[in-house]
Amino acid sequence: MKKKPFSLHINVDSFLPASSEEKEYMIKMRPSTTFFKDGVRRLLKNKVATVSFILIVIITLSCIFIPMFWPYEYDDQLGVKLGQPVDDTYANLQPFEYGATEQEKIEAGESVFPHIFGTDSHGRDYFIRIVYGTRISLLVGFFASIIVLLIGMTVGSIAGYYGGKVDIVIMRIVDIIYSLPDMLMVILLAAALNQSGLNKLIEGTVFEKIGSNIISLFIVFALLYWVSMSRLIRGQILSLREQEYVLAARASGAKGGRIIKKHLMPNCIGVVIVSTALQIPSAIFTESYLSFLGLGVNAPMPSLGSLASDALNGIHSYPYRLIIPAIVISLIVLSLNLFGDGLRDAFDPKLNS
Amino acid sequence: MNSKTALYIVKRILLAILTVFLVITITFFVMHAVPGGPFTSEKAVTPAVQEALEKKYGLDKPLFEQYITYLGDAVTLDFGPSIKMRGRDVIDIIGDGLKTSAKLGLFAAGIALVLGVVLGAIAALNRNKLIDRIIMVFTTAFVSMPSFIMGSLLLILFCITLQWLPANGSTSAGLILPVVTLSLSPLSNITRLTRSSMLDVLGQDYIRTARAKGVSKTKIIFGHALKNALIPVITYFGPMLAYIVTGSLVVEQIFAVPGIGDKFVNSITNRDYPLIMGTTIVLAVFIVIMNLISDILYKVVDPRINLE
Repeated sequence: MKKKPFSLHINVDSFLPASSEEKEYMIKMRPSTTFFKDGVRRLLKNKVATVSFILIVIITLSCIFIPMFWPYEYDDQLGVKLGQPVDDTYANLQPFEYGATEQEKIEAGESVFPHIFGTDSHGRDYFIRIVYGTRISLLVGFFASIIVLLIGMTVGSIAGYYGGKVDIVIMRIVDIIYSLPDMLMVILLAAALNQSGLNKLIEGTVFEKIGSNIISLFIVFALLYWVSMSRLIRGQILSLREQEYVLAARASGAKGGRIIKKHLMPNCIGVVIVSTALQIPSAIFTESYLSFLGLGVNAPMPSLGSLASDALNGIHSYPYRLIIPAIVISLIVLSLNLFGDGLRDAFDPKLNS
Repeated sequence: MNSKTALYIVKRILLAILTVFLVITITFFVMHAVPGGPFTSEKAVTPAVQEALEKKYGLDKPLFEQYITYLGDAVTLDFGPSIKMRGRDVIDIIGDGLKTSAKLGLFAAGIALVLGVVLGAIAALNRNKLIDRIIMVFTTAFVSMPSFIMGSLLLILFCITLQWLPANGSTSAGLILPVVTLSLSPLSNITRLTRSSMLDVLGQDYIRTARAKGVSKTKIIFGHALKNALIPVITYFGPMLAYIVTGSLVVEQIFAVPGIGDKFVNSITNRDYPLIMGTTIVLAVFIVIMNLISDILYKVVDPRINLE
């Protein structure tokens, strides 16, 4: 039917029953997204954050799996064999050089696994020491942030939810700890805990393997670094507490603990994730700093900081021994920071509007 | 300044005093909780000598009495004699180191402040252009680099590869690298801070008003924008000095600068308890005072800030 532009004819086509295709089109609505999915989508759009995340995953996986098949151990002094004089040719090897007995093996046609980064002054394979150092740094960063998160979250939510006198007392304590010069206190505590009886206390337990210095590092973190996390969570809870759904929960008889757990916590989870993620690089930073001062891991266990500080002695002859851990630390800290920033952009609801 | 601000300042000063008191207390008790005491690493001493030593340093008295004595002495900056460096008082050793360290720290802070503000302003005024990108890439990299890494890399580059500068920090040419090392991270922070607050200020109505009434661009930047953009930088003043103090501990170690940080690190390895305590307290008090000043300045400079 031909349509005349100025006539009042109604287009009959518009009143035909919808075809199945059209119905399909109408049904297919956009799938509803959750807060988490939406955040992940935004995070993946951020190229810098994605690349950093991939880098972190690669580094983490390699320090989990490389020690499994690597033929050398971090505390293996290659020149020292039982019942034989110390073989000096293994100490201070340049990258891809071999010790005397290894050289003989190669000449005999056997294959010897190369020392990619050479060996250190004790004749230990440097590559595997770097891998173990990275492992320690990541472990310390991760667990220290978990400790900080747990303490900060508990204290912060109690202060924020109960308010009144509890809040005042807790916040005064937080203020005081916050105003302490943290690094100096960390050094002091680490120095003291190193000398204390911690060694005997943890003898025979799982902790012995980790070493008393790392434990004291965790104690220091647990004592000092929870304050900013608890401040943050308190602030979040203070603003969430006034929401209607909390009132509704209270009206239907929910107790304080349940309201904190079921209503307040899930709603400030975004902020919590972000600041935990940003806590990891700062913990790694602190660990490497203390290890550099000789207050970190127990020898012979390496950490990136102690490797760098050991390398300082032979810096003229073997500068790469300093450059390698330096690059690894910088890469880890930088990518964790960039990823944390990306997380904040993706999960902070304030930036959505 | 109204009464509210005055009240805030009084409160803040009281908190600072409490903090200093706490630092002294923590330092004292932590050091005394360490088993063995300062003389255990010495060669075997007879009980009589041990007793005489303890008497000389007042270690035979009850702990609380020692604490009160120490508290009184600390206020007058008398930290007693060093145990490992015979015949020298802790405060003299600290004073010696402080001269070099103060020079180092002041230069680093000055460079960070001046260059940071300039670079931040340049980045903000050229937003999203090439120069802004370059500045942002470098500052992002420098912010997350630990000071000891930065120092070591500079040492390799300038002292070993290029051999332009001496690696020994006891000469004035040798102080160049430590100063650069210490200033790079705060410099990057200040640049980023200035850039973001400058961008914020440039979007304000009063800048548009100024532009509309025909004020020249330079006058807008220096007369209107920069002044307000610098306020957030004040808050970074305290943390920056704290960073420089702790950073100088390792940087002095790397470059062999005979400063207070070098003494502190050595005192830890030597277990020279009076020196550890004295240095911690002096540095901590310095950081607390600087934080106090920067907090108060921040509230006084900007009357818009809510004192809660």
